[in-house]
Amino acid sequence: MLVAHLDPLAASIFSLMAIASLLLAFVMLGSRWLNNYLYAFAAESWVIAILSATVGFYGGYPELYLIAILTALFRGLFLPYLLWRIVKRLNVTREIHVILQPSSSLVAGAFCVIFSLTVGYKVGQSIGLAKTVAVLALTVMLSMKLIGFLMLSVRHEALSQILGLLVLENGVFLGAQILVPGMPVLIEIVILFDLLIVVACFGVLIQYLLAHAGTTSSLELRRLVG
Amino acid sequence: MVGFLLLIIAIAPAVAVLGCLAVPSRAVAERLNLTSSFLVFAAAVALAVLSSNGPYLFWGDYIIVDRPGAWVTLCTALVYLLASIYSVGYMRLLEGEESRLRYFYALFSGFALTVLVSTVMNNAGLYWIAIELTTLVSTFLVGFERAAESVEAAWKYIIIVSAGISLALLGTVLFYWSGSFALGPVYDMTWATLQQTAPKMNPALVSLAFLLVLIGYGTKVGLAPMHTWLPDAHSESPAPVSAMLSGALLNGAMLGIVRYLAVADAASIGSFSRSVLVALGVVSLLVGALFIVRQDGIKRLMAYSSVEHMGVIAIGFGFGGIFGVAGALYHMLNHSLNKSLMFFGAGNAMRAFGTKEIAGIRDVWGRYPVQGTLWLAGAVAITGAPPFGLFLSELIILRGGVEAHYGWAVGAMLVLLIVIFVGFLNHFREMYFEPPEPAEGQLPALSNWCVAPMWLALAPLLLLGLWWPSSMWHHFSAIAHTLAGGSP
Repeated sequence: MLVAHLDPLAASIFSLMAIASLLLAFVMLGSRWLNNYLYAFAAESWVIAILSATVGFYGGYPELYLIAILTALFRGLFLPYLLWRIVKRLNVTREIHVILQPSSSLVAGAFCVIFSLTVGYKVGQSIGLAKTVAVLALTVMLSMKLIGFLMLSVRHEALSQILGLLVLENGVFLGAQILVPGMPVLIEIVILFDLLIVVACFGVLIQYLLAHAGTTSSLELRRLVG
Repeated sequence: MVGFLLLIIAIAPAVAVLGCLAVPSRAVAERLNLTSSFLVFAAAVALAVLSSNGPYLFWGDYIIVDRPGAWVTLCTALVYLLASIYSVGYMRLLEGEESRLRYFYALFSGFALTVLVSTVMNNAGLYWIAIELTTLVSTFLVGFERAAESVEAAWKYIIIVSAGISLALLGTVLFYWSGSFALGPVYDMTWATLQQTAPKMNPALVSLAFLLVLIGYGTKVGLAPMHTWLPDAHSESPAPVSAMLSGALLNGAMLGIVRYLAVADAASIGSFSRSVLVALGVVSLLVGALFIVRQDGIKRLMAYSSVEHMGVIAIGFGFGGIFGVAGALYHMLNHSLNKSLMFFGAGNAMRAFGTKEIAGIRDVWGRYPVQGTLWLAGAVAITGAPPFGLFLSELIILRGGVEAHYGWAVGAMLVLLIVIFVGFLNHFREMYFEPPEPAEGQLPALSNWCVAPMWLALAPLLLLGLWWPSSMWHHFSAIAHTLAGGSP
């Protein structure tokens, strides 16, 4: 178990990375410009890539370097590039009708983090790891999940919803690097590719939406009810 | 032998996908898809029979053929066969899509392939990936007709299901983590390993992980309140795709829940996890009942009936014991047969009357005596009335509930099933016996391709309701035993 006996420097680096990516999730939550989301997402992916490399270094998992490179390339460069192209083509630069003001979303996000901290701490206590970085990893993992769901529910531009989904997965990725660095590499690589396919599919679907439903805002998608 | 059958199941649809993409001809695509579905079905039957000597492992434990998996493979293959026959007739009725039909068949075989693959995955992580792939392929099938409604349904489908399934990924990671306390940081996360390690896992952590997995795969299964994508996707996709989504995909995702339930049992949080599953099942029945009673769309009616049936299956597995598990497995097969029949009938009615609204479909019996009779028999069957298979399976599940001391759930299930019986058949009364609107022209005739699969689905449904082979009972009790942690 890596997290149980970690030297203090490594623990602080891990914590720093985890908190940095949580902050970046908040940047996405607090902004209404699509470009800002994109930059924040790319930065978050780079932070996770660096985290993978550090975990690989301290835990002695050389295969994590490969994961780090792939994460940086795919999630840090390629995905944001694909999404950026979609933004360009759609000519939508920001959320027009806001369901929840950015400031209120930030407050809601803070509550998500507090809830996650409670859950993470309880679980950490019951497995005897309450004083380690495991609690922080659990907290960040759960709160990025919740923030992702928050983004999915208060944002309605097609692109923000994709980014919301990506934040959901980023959370799992980040937590998994710290908690289970030994999880078979095969799966992680496949998940990376999987994500790429997801975004490609979304690209096609957005084209459909625009061409046949005439909008990319989910607020307008209300033909099917009941 | 088992390996050979597996190869057929994997290669036949893959060849069909490539063939449909390579040859620009509708006729070739139709035949390829039909042949592949027939081969897959034959292989799946043999696999289900042979699985009783298993489990068999392949490719370094990544692939498993065991009884529950092979059973779901059989259900999937059955729906794939019926839907392939049906789609030959149905897809020709779509106007102006002639040139795109081969892409439809390519996607269709690809969808069947991903569901079939998910049923034999032995690694929890790979199972997750297979389920995610089913979403990606089927999204394009849901949106195939490209009407605004179809695209809306496809968008909701991919967003809701991907978000849900990402919770299952988190649950999977947490399961891996709880196993790593006993097994060290690197191990193969097979179902058997998880089940054996489960007694050493921390109950709090396993409970959290199980809840996440249940909500995640529950979204895909369509358990309420995560079912919101289901009525849209089922009602807006072409009818053969609706049948595949309902009869094949939902069972495939249910298999994951069942396997994790066995792990939760072994971790001795069984009573908690079972109660949650039963509660979700009852909520699904409730939502299904409410929306069935007040429904206007014919395919949405069928979709809510799927929510209801997944609720019944979830309740069956939640009750557990030999009766609960046997009833639920039996119900899976019946659901696959019956829901295919119902969606085929709904597709026919939609094409014939040119509307999706129940109010526009009148005097079905007078106009289409044969297919009308088949569809009505299916409607009686799906509400759980004798003499069809679903009556038996629901009865067995109820008996399982009595044995497992879930009195409240049994009571709720009974009441809701009666509500659904009345509500569902009331819609059919309107469609069959209310006088038609005057001055409707000649309605189009339906091809044999559209009616034959209805016969093929109804016959076994009736047979299974009247006669339950004893070998099947042995098979089910063996599955119940395996899931309870015993060696097969």
